[in-house]
Amino acid sequence: MNTPIVSARRAGEGSNGARVDMFTDLAKMHLPSPVLTASGCAAAGRELDNYFDITTIGAIVTKSIMLAPRSGRATPRMAETPSGMLNSIGLQGPGVDSFIEHDLAWLNQRGARTIVSIAGGSAEEFGKVAAKLRIAGGVEAIEVNISCPNVADRGQVFACRAESAAQVIQIVRRNSDNKIPIFAKLSPDVTDIVEIAQSVVAAGATGVSVINTLLGLVMDTTTMRPALAGITGGLSGPAIRPVALRCVWDIRRAMPDIPIVGMGGIRSGHDALEFILAGANAVSVGTSIFNDPSAPARIHAELAQELGDRGFLRISDAVGYAHRPHTSTVDSEVQSSEVEWDFITE
Amino acid sequence: MKGHPTQVIGEILDVNRSGSYYVISVTAPGISEIAEPGQFVTVGMGGDETSMVLRRAFAIHRVQSRGVYGGTLDLVISPVGKGTTWLSKRRRHDTVSLVGPLGKPFSLPTQPVSCVLIGGGYGSAPLFLLAEKLRERGCRVDLIIGASTENKLFGALDLKRVSSSLVVTTDDGSSGVKGRVTDVLDSVVTAGKTDIIYACGPMGMLASVAEFATTHKIYSQCSVEESMACGIGVCMTCVLPVIGEDSVTRMVRSCVEGPIFRGDRVRWADIGTVPPDAYGAPLEEVST
Repeated sequence: MNTPIVSARRAGEGSNGARVDMFTDLAKMHLPSPVLTASGCAAAGRELDNYFDITTIGAIVTKSIMLAPRSGRATPRMAETPSGMLNSIGLQGPGVDSFIEHDLAWLNQRGARTIVSIAGGSAEEFGKVAAKLRIAGGVEAIEVNISCPNVADRGQVFACRAESAAQVIQIVRRNSDNKIPIFAKLSPDVTDIVEIAQSVVAAGATGVSVINTLLGLVMDTTTMRPALAGITGGLSGPAIRPVALRCVWDIRRAMPDIPIVGMGGIRSGHDALEFILAGANAVSVGTSIFNDPSAPARIHAELAQELGDRGFLRISDAVGYAHRPHTSTVDSEVQSSEVEWDFITE
Repeated sequence: MKGHPTQVIGEILDVNRSGSYYVISVTAPGISEIAEPGQFVTVGMGGDETSMVLRRAFAIHRVQSRGVYGGTLDLVISPVGKGTTWLSKRRRHDTVSLVGPLGKPFSLPTQPVSCVLIGGGYGSAPLFLLAEKLRERGCRVDLIIGASTENKLFGALDLKRVSSSLVVTTDDGSSGVKGRVTDVLDSVVTAGKTDIIYACGPMGMLASVAEFATTHKIYSQCSVEESMACGIGVCMTCVLPVIGEDSVTRMVRSCVEGPIFRGDRVRWADIGTVPPDAYGAPLEEVST
């Protein structure tokens, strides 16, 4: 039935990108690609398998799953914004039991690596979802969505306070296999994202996923009311890329060794490279999938090319490369002349 | 569906004005060959470095085989926003990104029955393909098209050729019967002894048509237009409350479970809300 038109591995061949080793060690996972889908932009992978071979990218990060079935919010649920969009879905989903029986089973049968994003209205709900996934198996890692802005009470955004963020992570860790990596998905809508990152890691998170959407609002000037039924929504897309990049940079600088999945407006391999240089071990592609369903496979190939063009043989060598010290005047002169030479040959 | 959707670059062959609308002909290899009546495509807006990150969805108006070009699609554009205005300004040889065919097509009767097709505004666009398929099956096809005013009607002359009868309505009486499509529906249905009603147009019109059909025990299929971010089933923005076979109301995606729905299954009055009895609805409606 599915005859994918793009394969991440194949698309990277026949260029400078072909010789770049794209295998990515992320927490305890050994992935064939650093490119993942972003939660909420890929459902549970099945629809995207029409457009590229989902087994060739690093992993499918599923839409956040909760304990019970959930209808989500009323429509309108989205509005386009300059280089971005606002969404207010409200975590619509089938509930964890149906997810395990249908979606997770399909992903495993298909041979895709799955990172399950989980959400909850209370810390206890996160724990119950994690416990069910532990029994089900077939999960590479858990991403804990403590930062969805589309919950009824903005006070429930656990990621806005270090203590509540840590509490959720503790409960998820207690209810999960010791070996399974846990990523805390963080919100940029905080005063100090490094403080939150440190608190979730101290609470048992293996790594962090940065960033979730920023809370925003769009006005409908015909009705002269907010455009979304939920009034506010999460801003995503290239518009938020510099904010996301700054968050990755700050966290990497403070915590040199933790696994970081970077995301926020990645549309090309060039954009992905920015995140890798800033310190992300892997990247998630989200809103760009809506525009280009095969974006994850394309971005993998483009990123390999960008790395190859800069002389990297392994993606792991490029992770956090922008943090290297300026060792001497001679060093920086050599680097700038290399950059110029690369530029001329393009 | 005959095949799965694909992502292709299409070359624009023609852009023609028709009333308030533009008809764009574009090559669509791999899409036009398998497209069925009622399905749609999404078009990328604004080129590679665009600030418009979302594709726009358009019902497939016609599919044609144009010799050297292979399969082509015709799309009807109403230039009301930034994206559709940009698209209406494309010219011959410009290229656009296409994804399709998407969505479930209209269901066709296996018997040569009597059908009424109703189009509101550019909602008549997908009825051309549908009318052709129904005629091939020996069905009677009566058409009603309506709009607020004459230049918002689409395809009246061409539709006349593929139908047994055609009634035009406008709200302001500038063309055809003054009034709405539902004002003439009863007489058309009575004259044609209608078995099935197909409709495409604004939600208000679909709601009235579906109510009429349900009241008169006529099977109906409606093509809805919901704003959607992805069109392929992953974003969850285009949902509406639909009653399933099991009598349970769910918030379903109009892109993959629609855009064609049985008229008696959609909870028209509740569109834009999550009904309290919907599957997974909050126990208590939260005011935000």
